[in-house]
Amino acid sequence: MELMREILFLPPGASSVADELDALHFTVIAATMLGSAVTFAVALRFIVRYRRRHAHEPTPRVVAPRPLEAAVVTGLLALFVGLWGVGYRQYASLRLPPDDALTCHVIVKQWMWTFVGPEGRRSQGILVVPADRDVELRLTSRDVIHSLFVPAFRIKQDALPERITTSWFRAERPGVYPILCAEYCGAGHSRMRASVVVLDAERYARWLDDTELGALADLEGVPEFQIGEEADSTAHGREVAARYGCLACHTLDGQPHVGPSWRGLYGSTVELEGGGTILADDDYLTESMMEPEARRVAGYATVMPTYRGTLGAPDTAALVELIRSLADEGPAPEVELPRLERREPAERVTRDAGAPGSDAAPRERGAR
Amino acid sequence: MTSYLDSERGLRSWLLTHDHKRIGVMFLIATAIALMVGGSFALLMRLELATPESTFVDPDAYDRLFTLHGVTMVWLFMIPAIPAGFGNFVLPILIGAEDVAFPRLNLLSFHIYVVGALVTLLGMLLGGADTGWTFYVPYAAGTPSAVIPILVGVFIVGWSSVITGLNFVVTVHTMRAEGMGWFDMPLFVWAVYATSIIQVIATPVLGMSLALVGLDAGFDLGIFDPARGGDPVLYQHLFWFYSHPAVYIMVLPAMGVVTEVVCTFSRKNPLSYSVIAYSTLGIAFVGFLAWGHHMFTAGLSTFDAAAFGILSMLVSIFSAIKVFTWVGTLYRGSIAVTTPLAYVFAFLFLFVFGGMTGVAVATTSLDVHWHDTYFVVAHFHFIMVGGTLTAYLAATHYWFPKITGRRYPERAGLLGAALVFVGFTATFVPQFLLGNAGMPRRYATYPSQFQGLNAMSTLGSWILALGLAWALGVLVVALRRGERAGPDPWGSACFEWRTSSPPPTANFEPKTPKLVGCYDYTRGAEGRGD
Repeated sequence: MELMREILFLPPGASSVADELDALHFTVIAATMLGSAVTFAVALRFIVRYRRRHAHEPTPRVVAPRPLEAAVVTGLLALFVGLWGVGYRQYASLRLPPDDALTCHVIVKQWMWTFVGPEGRRSQGILVVPADRDVELRLTSRDVIHSLFVPAFRIKQDALPERITTSWFRAERPGVYPILCAEYCGAGHSRMRASVVVLDAERYARWLDDTELGALADLEGVPEFQIGEEADSTAHGREVAARYGCLACHTLDGQPHVGPSWRGLYGSTVELEGGGTILADDDYLTESMMEPEARRVAGYATVMPTYRGTLGAPDTAALVELIRSLADEGPAPEVELPRLERREPAERVTRDAGAPGSDAAPRERGAR
Repeated sequence: MTSYLDSERGLRSWLLTHDHKRIGVMFLIATAIALMVGGSFALLMRLELATPESTFVDPDAYDRLFTLHGVTMVWLFMIPAIPAGFGNFVLPILIGAEDVAFPRLNLLSFHIYVVGALVTLLGMLLGGADTGWTFYVPYAAGTPSAVIPILVGVFIVGWSSVITGLNFVVTVHTMRAEGMGWFDMPLFVWAVYATSIIQVIATPVLGMSLALVGLDAGFDLGIFDPARGGDPVLYQHLFWFYSHPAVYIMVLPAMGVVTEVVCTFSRKNPLSYSVIAYSTLGIAFVGFLAWGHHMFTAGLSTFDAAAFGILSMLVSIFSAIKVFTWVGTLYRGSIAVTTPLAYVFAFLFLFVFGGMTGVAVATTSLDVHWHDTYFVVAHFHFIMVGGTLTAYLAATHYWFPKITGRRYPERAGLLGAALVFVGFTATFVPQFLLGNAGMPRRYATYPSQFQGLNAMSTLGSWILALGLAWALGVLVVALRRGERAGPDPWGSACFEWRTSSPPPTANFEPKTPKLVGCYDYTRGAEGRGD
């Protein structure tokens, strides 16, 4: 298998699916070479055997025997449908993440990769994951379409603006594996590279507590990366929040107002109207700006308008950055304030009654 | 008897002609210029890619080069070259008609093509677009480059494609010679007929989607802007609904050429006429239903991926049975290896290889790795260049005596074919391996481990260019110095060889002979029934 990989210039397979995919790859390529060689050899034989001996010689009328034609069609159809069947089974398992996978968020923009690891640790240019664990990636783009491609894992998934798409992998061996952008995104496309850093369990634990990056110190091939955020995005976020009147309802100091305060919101688990809880992460915050009613925090009225069409992707990103920057300040001291009276509009009650928990059900906007 | 070339003189008599043969020749010249322009862009790209870092063009310029290469090759060369060029010239003759059904529209189609091409050229001079020939939104809607003139140019050229297609459909339905049934037509006519149907049905969808992108880019309407409720993936569906069938617009006429060349030079009837005719229609039909295989990693549902995967496999079946029939046609023939047949042998090898790698990328799980890498680039160049371009070159040599009345030197022609085959293989086989290794397409710079294969590919591109330049040189010299060709220099039974070379304006003089037995070689040259 490694020999075949070398002949075909395939990178060593580093994920749980690589061996199976590559076996199919070798089958298809072998059929391709065999098919073209046989066609060419037969044509060549006919040219030699039936070369023209004198001009204008008559030839017999030959018509293909139907059974031969039928056999060729059936044989090839069986081959192609077989390939399709095996390929589709693999494709389905590539697309559906296992239930207990760790979740990482991938936020892309021209021309930078930002990753939020399973424990909420944020990094640019490197995605740090433990070996031998299923990792689900939830991708979104802040501008144009990009595509996350990890050749060693044989996975690729487009990242689309205002939408979340998913992919998953299970890295089998610790190491550093390149990430490339595979969907053309402008002048920086070919330089939009990053790495997956796969650590064994012990190192991964060190990476989680360690602010000095000692866990990555002696790894080879780790390219440039940054831990933390860009400096000016929160300032931009404040400006956007002021411009669009967000601060009329959301405070930055922890006091609940018409809407939840942003201080300490990011990364916290909030209770939803209609039951259920959700982690307030990038996905959820983005969704709440675009579709405030989809999953509303319990105890707040239905007054927030949608900002779909008003907030562009960079502004949305800046607001999320701002909210995230307020995460570590923790919730403000509890202050008893009179809560707004919860008034449920009649139609809302009936809808909730008809489909209990429908608001709380996770919505997959990427896959239809 | 005056030929169509001598019937009138002067530039005006060409630009305002209604003669399908002259319009065909003008299309051939215009598309050959487009081929040279698009080829120059490709050579510049390959030169840049000889080294990993930017050496003589920066990424901005490189992005424009691959966009303009794609736009020029697809819309200005590949789509019109065989149908509007050779189709115009030989289709009416093959069905025994004096002209196409709407000669004035035919001329209009050429004028529209020229206007569209000039607008596109203007866009290139204004700096060119950097979106890729696919114009994916949201990138295309926000790019600072000159995307609008390019979109307008392609939109205009689309009309030329629709008008020519419509013209051919009506011509084939209404103007076949007396007594010529559908299954008496030469198979090239079937190929152009099926192509025309795709052109008429699919091109308006392209025009519509490009117009929407243009409105997005020019007036910020936000049609595909997700922040305003638009959907960039919808654009991909619309674009590929045209652009996948467009692959068959490019390859079906090439298949028609292959059938004619194989039959003529092996002096044989096609192994199965009806299989070729029906599989042509089958490709045209199923080709409309396979577009989603360009989007397996775009977030398509797994059900959709399964459906598009199996429909793509069906297209390959139709192509495979055609290959089987062509090779079978050689069986017990009387085969003369000439330049057109040499190109057809190259076609057979490259088309099977390219087609089988098409089966490979239609295998959904494997496409996840290959999508948007050089594997895909190599795959479609095997079909487009290895398939269509070699068939185009076969057609150029095959019909050269008919169009110009002169013969080209056979040995020089064969040398050109050999150079093209070697150069093509050297250019594109390394690209399959680059795709396996994980090099994405549209990369102005690349990690240094990909350099060896890239350098091989660049070297190959020079051999390919040399082959094409050689072939062009041979034909240009033959235009003046070639020996006179009689009506039928190849000893073919097909109908276009039953009139003088070059043909008179009315195609057959004094009157159209009885056109039967275009593939009947059972009686030798003298015994055929005209």
